[in-house]
Amino acid sequence: MKDLLSRTLQTSIIFLIVGGILVLAFGGFFSSASNQLTGGFVSAQTWFATRYQAIQEFLAAPRDIVTLRTRNTELEAQVAQLQAQVINLQQAVNQTQILSALVNFSRTNPENSYVAASVIGRDPSPFLHYVIINQGSNGGIRRGMPVVTSDGLVGRVDAVIADAARVQLITDPASSVNIHLKNANTDAMLQGSITGDLSLDLISQDAAVEPGDLILTSGLGGGFPPDLIIGQVVNIHKLPAELFQQATVQPSVDFSRLQIVLIITNFQSVDITPLVPTPAP
Amino acid sequence: MRNAIALPLLGLAVILQSAIVSQFPLLAGYADLLLVILAAWALQDGVTTAFHWAFLASIMVSFASHLPWFIYLLGYCGVVFLALTLQRRIWQAPLLAMFSVTFLGTLFMHLLSFAYLRLSGDNLPFSDSMGLITLPSILLNLLLAIPVFGMMRDLAHWVFPSMEEP
Repeated sequence: MKDLLSRTLQTSIIFLIVGGILVLAFGGFFSSASNQLTGGFVSAQTWFATRYQAIQEFLAAPRDIVTLRTRNTELEAQVAQLQAQVINLQQAVNQTQILSALVNFSRTNPENSYVAASVIGRDPSPFLHYVIINQGSNGGIRRGMPVVTSDGLVGRVDAVIADAARVQLITDPASSVNIHLKNANTDAMLQGSITGDLSLDLISQDAAVEPGDLILTSGLGGGFPPDLIIGQVVNIHKLPAELFQQATVQPSVDFSRLQIVLIITNFQSVDITPLVPTPAP
Repeated sequence: MRNAIALPLLGLAVILQSAIVSQFPLLAGYADLLLVILAAWALQDGVTTAFHWAFLASIMVSFASHLPWFIYLLGYCGVVFLALTLQRRIWQAPLLAMFSVTFLGTLFMHLLSFAYLRLSGDNLPFSDSMGLITLPSILLNLLLAIPVFGMMRDLAHWVFPSMEEP
């Protein structure tokens, strides 16, 4: 009985002590002591945790580098593929824009029928201004057919094989086109040169030609259909002692960047060579 | 049999000339890849087919050009003849021979083209032709001469392997 009382007393005392300690702890009376105690634990745990992480990274790193390198290679390949796609799409956009302009041109000139062709080469001789296109007699192309772009006259078909043709540009030194100056309402002759510059000759001295005047094909001679745009007058050379005025021309077509052209297939050029008088022997 | 390499090589050269080289003018002139190839080929030791190559090249290039085939034939055969003549005289300095043949060959080819076009009735001022076409073309051909000479030397070693053996 005495033992039971003493145990109960001991238990009660222990509970009171623990309860008192808890009350003091919750009341914040042990904060400095608990801070020191937990601070030591946290520091020790942090030290162990950082060392463990360092060792783990050291052991796992080689595998990660291999993975990263593999991934990097994959991404580089993907970037190269996407860049190629971007270039292809840019080319497609450019081509679409050119074709769209050509379609607009053919809609605004419905009296003609056209065949589109890509420019695939130039004459190997620098003395000549010819281009090679990828449409030939199989596509209905015949010698003498006029070639245009949405900007204006390009030239005429000079030679044809089955799947290609050679086009003489109007800038060729041997090219001459009968033109009509719209504002001055007079005819003249357009000639090419070895540098690719265009000039007008045989302009009547009476004609009032101004810089900026629009130049169109006249249709005379039967080489080209009338009213195809060629360019604008830039400078006029008028000397009273000469029979005709001359002028330099800014072509509407950029001949250095020809990519796609239209061949007018329903125009039959007239060969007037037999009518040209030859000098008597 | 290895001489048959002339067919694809000259065919490729005509395509490159028409599609790419002609798109890079200097003033109004541009390089003549076929002329440089023929000059370099004719200057290689042991090459006996240079005139055959010139004939083949002139036929091929006349398909793409408005100039008649006989102008190219005369011009390219002239270049080969020049190369063979100079090879015998300055055989110890092949690069010097290459530059000389390129310079004189381009000049000859352009004079031939100019003469033909003038006789055909084209209005070509001589000074403009020389200043704007011929001289820039010579410069571009000289730039092409060194790499083409190296390539043709390797090709000659492949076509005539006995030349490598002493």
